[in-house]
Amino acid sequence: MSISITLPTVLAKLAGGNKALTEEVSADGTTVGAVVESLAQRYPALAPRLRDELGKPYPFVVYYLNDENIQLSGGFDASVRDGDEVTLVPAIAGG
Amino acid sequence: MGSLTADRFTQTSDGAPLLAPDEVLRYSRHLLLDEVGIEGQGRIKAARVLLIGAGGLGSPTALYLAAAGVGTIGLIDFDRVDESNLQRQLLHGTRDVGRPKVESARDRLRDVNPHVTVEVFNTRFTPDNALDIVRGFDIVVDGSDNFATRYLTNDACVLAGKRNVYGSIFRFEGQASVFGTDGGPCYRCLFREPPPAGLVPNCAEAGVLGVLPGLIGTIQATETLKLILGIGEPLIGRLLLVESLAMTFRTIKVRQDPSCPACGTDVSRGGGTIRSLADRAHDYAEVACDARTGSRSAKAAPSVREITPAELAEKVRLGDDFDLIDVREPLEWQLGQLAGARLVPLGTIAAAARELDPTREIVLYCKGGVRSLAAAEQLIEAGFSKVASLNGGIMRWRDEIDPTLPRY
Repeated sequence: MSISITLPTVLAKLAGGNKALTEEVSADGTTVGAVVESLAQRYPALAPRLRDELGKPYPFVVYYLNDENIQLSGGFDASVRDGDEVTLVPAIAGG
Repeated sequence: MGSLTADRFTQTSDGAPLLAPDEVLRYSRHLLLDEVGIEGQGRIKAARVLLIGAGGLGSPTALYLAAAGVGTIGLIDFDRVDESNLQRQLLHGTRDVGRPKVESARDRLRDVNPHVTVEVFNTRFTPDNALDIVRGFDIVVDGSDNFATRYLTNDACVLAGKRNVYGSIFRFEGQASVFGTDGGPCYRCLFREPPPAGLVPNCAEAGVLGVLPGLIGTIQATETLKLILGIGEPLIGRLLLVESLAMTFRTIKVRQDPSCPACGTDVSRGGGTIRSLADRAHDYAEVACDARTGSRSAKAAPSVREITPAELAEKVRLGDDFDLIDVREPLEWQLGQLAGARLVPLGTIAAAARELDPTREIVLYCKGGVRSLAAAEQLIEAGFSKVASLNGGIMRWRDEIDPTLPRY
């Protein structure tokens, strides 16, 4: 099944310039974490910006599954379905 | 009687004097809106709004709120106007370079609207003064430029029960929301902890499209006026994401998190553990935009040795054998670099470490001395021992050794 992923511009350059990506993952019991890991494998330079060394989400990068923050639905364990959209929202601080 | 007509526009329904005749004229386009009118303009006049930062976001916010007639505008900023600010910080002009930002801003706002009282705080916003200052206002507008101040602003607003009109920018992207309302989420519900120094560049290190703070700051001003007036649907529980290259605006839901350490109510899951600003002092200790020492990084890695520009110049003079590595981005490198240096941007230092000689001394530098500390930390973790970071970076080198390098 395919999951679409939206990256902020600042991270897109680490993913070959793509802001909108599609990740093909195995169909059963797949989670946001598995999608992120699949993306990390495809773009090693992007990997450390997606999750920490233990594969856990950073407290300053939020993942949305469709319109909901995954923090409130199991974090990286939140399950995904074909056609879902994952959006990565990093904390930014400029002013 | 003619005076009756005048009274209708200069008195509230309970007869208190509200707007002078010249104010009626000034605010007539507000008075003609059903949603504002004479009562609403009175609320705007009675409002006290604190702006954290008189920079890129603070400029449009302050200008529009002053023009709209917000009775009291508080401004806190410790910085002075720098030429590099003028590309986006419209509160300040070329003749203001070198002046304290709050003074330049006060003069500009007085010209925009002499009916507005401007209260200035020419100081840093710190855990020691944050609550006292915030408590004196109804609404806080976060236009700060670093994570430390943003977390301090959020936590102080939650503790003091103040609404926090949030905006932030980075390169071509911006975010805006309204935090700290009764039952609504706060900044920590979304981003629990600040990133470590060096991982995410701050404004001094990263570029920003000059008009972008105008876009986000005017959204903050709009939300502030909506809160004052009690109209419309403020960005409560929603984060607005603006991407100016594609020019897309998207809002995503932000829920109040019961386990949020700042505003959460579920104590069993760590909610509401921040009872005073002393509880999270480390979150507010990040170096500010122009700071020249890496206090936060240095605290995290006490083993990193720093050298001064004079010490580095002496090593060069003596012909010492060492690797000089610039960890900035290629575009910064193009603006000027130290003789004999080579470029290894911070993001690539771990990969480049394999090709570095661990037996040679390595001196790292960046713009201001923060990223080079982070790079040094990474090298030390990778097993390097003879590593030093140039304190204050190439900007301090410019000030003390080589004034021909450009500032940026």
